Amino acid sequence: MSASLEKGINALKKEVDSTVGAFFSSCVNCGMCAEACLFYTESPNPARTPINKTEPLRRIWKQEYTLIGRIGKMLGLAKPVDHAFLEQWEKLVYDSCSLCGRCSMVCPVGIDITAMIRKTREGLAAAGHAPEDLVGATKRAVTIGSPMGVKLPALMAQISHVEKDTGLKIPVDKQGAEYMLLLSSMEIMNFPEFIEAIAKIFDKAGVSWTISSEAFEATNSGIQIGVSDIAAQLVQRIVDAAEKLKVKTVISPECGHAYMAIRWDGPNLVGKAFNFKVRHILEILDEFAKDGRLKITGKEKQKLTYHDPCQISRRGGVIEQPRNLINLFAENFVEMPEAGKMNWCCGAGGGVSSNERADELRLKVFQRKKDQLDEIKPDAIISACSNCRIHLEDGLEEYNMDIPLMSLTETLAEHLEK
Amino acid sequence: MSEIEFLNWVRGPGFEIATVIFIAGVIIRVLEIFLLGRKNNLAEARGSEMNGGLHTIVSRSIPDKNTFQRSTFKIVSGYVFHLGLLITIFFYAPHILLFKEILGFSWPSLPSAVVDAFAVITIITLIAVLIHRLRDRVLRFLSTTEDYLVWFLTIAPLITGYMAFHRIGMTAPSLLAIHILSVELLLIAFPFTKLMHAFTLVIARWYNGAISAYRGVQS
Repeated sequence: MSASLEKGINALKKEVDSTVGAFFSSCVNCGMCAEACLFYTESPNPARTPINKTEPLRRIWKQEYTLIGRIGKMLGLAKPVDHAFLEQWEKLVYDSCSLCGRCSMVCPVGIDITAMIRKTREGLAAAGHAPEDLVGATKRAVTIGSPMGVKLPALMAQISHVEKDTGLKIPVDKQGAEYMLLLSSMEIMNFPEFIEAIAKIFDKAGVSWTISSEAFEATNSGIQIGVSDIAAQLVQRIVDAAEKLKVKTVISPECGHAYMAIRWDGPNLVGKAFNFKVRHILEILDEFAKDGRLKITGKEKQKLTYHDPCQISRRGGVIEQPRNLINLFAENFVEMPEAGKMNWCCGAGGGVSSNERADELRLKVFQRKKDQLDEIKPDAIISACSNCRIHLEDGLEEYNMDIPLMSLTETLAEHLEK
Repeated sequence: MSEIEFLNWVRGPGFEIATVIFIAGVIIRVLEIFLLGRKNNLAEARGSEMNGGLHTIVSRSIPDKNTFQRSTFKIVSGYVFHLGLLITIFFYAPHILLFKEILGFSWPSLPSAVVDAFAVITIITLIAVLIHRLRDRVLRFLSTTEDYLVWFLTIAPLITGYMAFHRIGMTAPSLLAIHILSVELLLIAFPFTKLMHAFTLVIARWYNGAISAYRGVQS
């Protein structure tokens, strides 16, 4: 990833399309997006106003793609897009934005601000102004195959543990399986219970499934840092594996951005429609429940709530399914205020949690989630993203709150009919 | 130039120049957007872009409860001055006569007293909006010269119109000429400033709704 200002500017130019033109033409500088952003509400610095984070992209759009901007540029009136300027924006674009998409839901003129911040990252990364930690994670994803440096032997070791514990076979590289499961490094290293849960549920449902030894990693550092070439390369690995194993459906695990990467961005990154389906694990489980293939027994009496991972709910469209599933076992399910598509982000998405420099801010803005939780005081929180889960645990500890976190898939596995 | 000559100029050539710049400018700006093009989405769709887009064009006018609580002043003042502009521009009898001359058709007007009241409310609201912009730290941070210029260009026709209606300060022809001139300045600036949102917000909202609906979420 050799970076230069020229590459950065070209990357920004490449991002300009009619949506960008319509969005920037419509902004009236009303500032309402600030109030929708937890990085502003919990740490009020006006520079963190979402629309301000898109300024590098706006300058390029105006100077290059509008008549008035071009005239201005000829007269030497254009505002500069140089290293000093881009460097100033680095912390706004990466450390103070989780790409949660809440601003895009609130903007009165309808600007998809989040999509434009994501586009702005392309320019910053190409110009060499991405956070060091994200650059490192991305390099590991390309060279090792995982942002956390998880290699195949590590996965195989976890698989053999799970096989021993459950007595079930985890099919690896099984040709012609119906489903191919992807995993996040976080699940492999920190939550192998997830693999165990899938093994149990899929066994009961009589599902033909597999994990590919060549493409098991679901996360995609390329879309977090904003380097489309790399994002495409990581998606291509999955496409190649899915085609090689001739699977019908690829399953995205409990990880927010992984779902965005493979389900929504994937085909556009590699430039071709997939010949297999992509579904989130919660969509699959909901289907199973509806088909009577997922039989749940026993009730949880404690007060449960669900934290919507932004990329799965608001940006991904999987909102009903987790609720349907939770209602299979929850007796006392309570929604947080503004749950669903308007839910507040935990503060760790969009690469924020992979960027150590942002740790302090990430924990500070957790106050928003704390306030939501304080209103309903749940006994436990269910989520469907390991990144949210780790950060929620972190945040709860920071604020001295003792609320356990549960994975939805794992909880379902615990309630499987024997 | 006598005041009558001045009035005739702003009503005639001046108005024509401003209208041409306005129309040509708006067309250029809209073309500028669409000519950028947009790639086809290759991901398997979960919902209809068209339906979602159309829905958001309408639904984005109504904020959700939490957003309303967090931005009450902006939303209420925004509604009031936009409604006020709509009424003063399009429902004042002499304005409708002008539109009839240009467009060939007309619509019912509101009584002058009602329009007058709305003009006053709108002027007061716009002044409040400016004070808010100057005092709110986010708005102060975001605001550029253009924001203040646009504010001035928007309030000017209201004030000059109010003065012309009530014959304040000058003779009727001069007041009318200044009023028309202020509208012409607004028309000329329109395509090249954020005033364009009046047109492009339909496109922006459509895209927002379409992007979201494609993934199965009503935005």
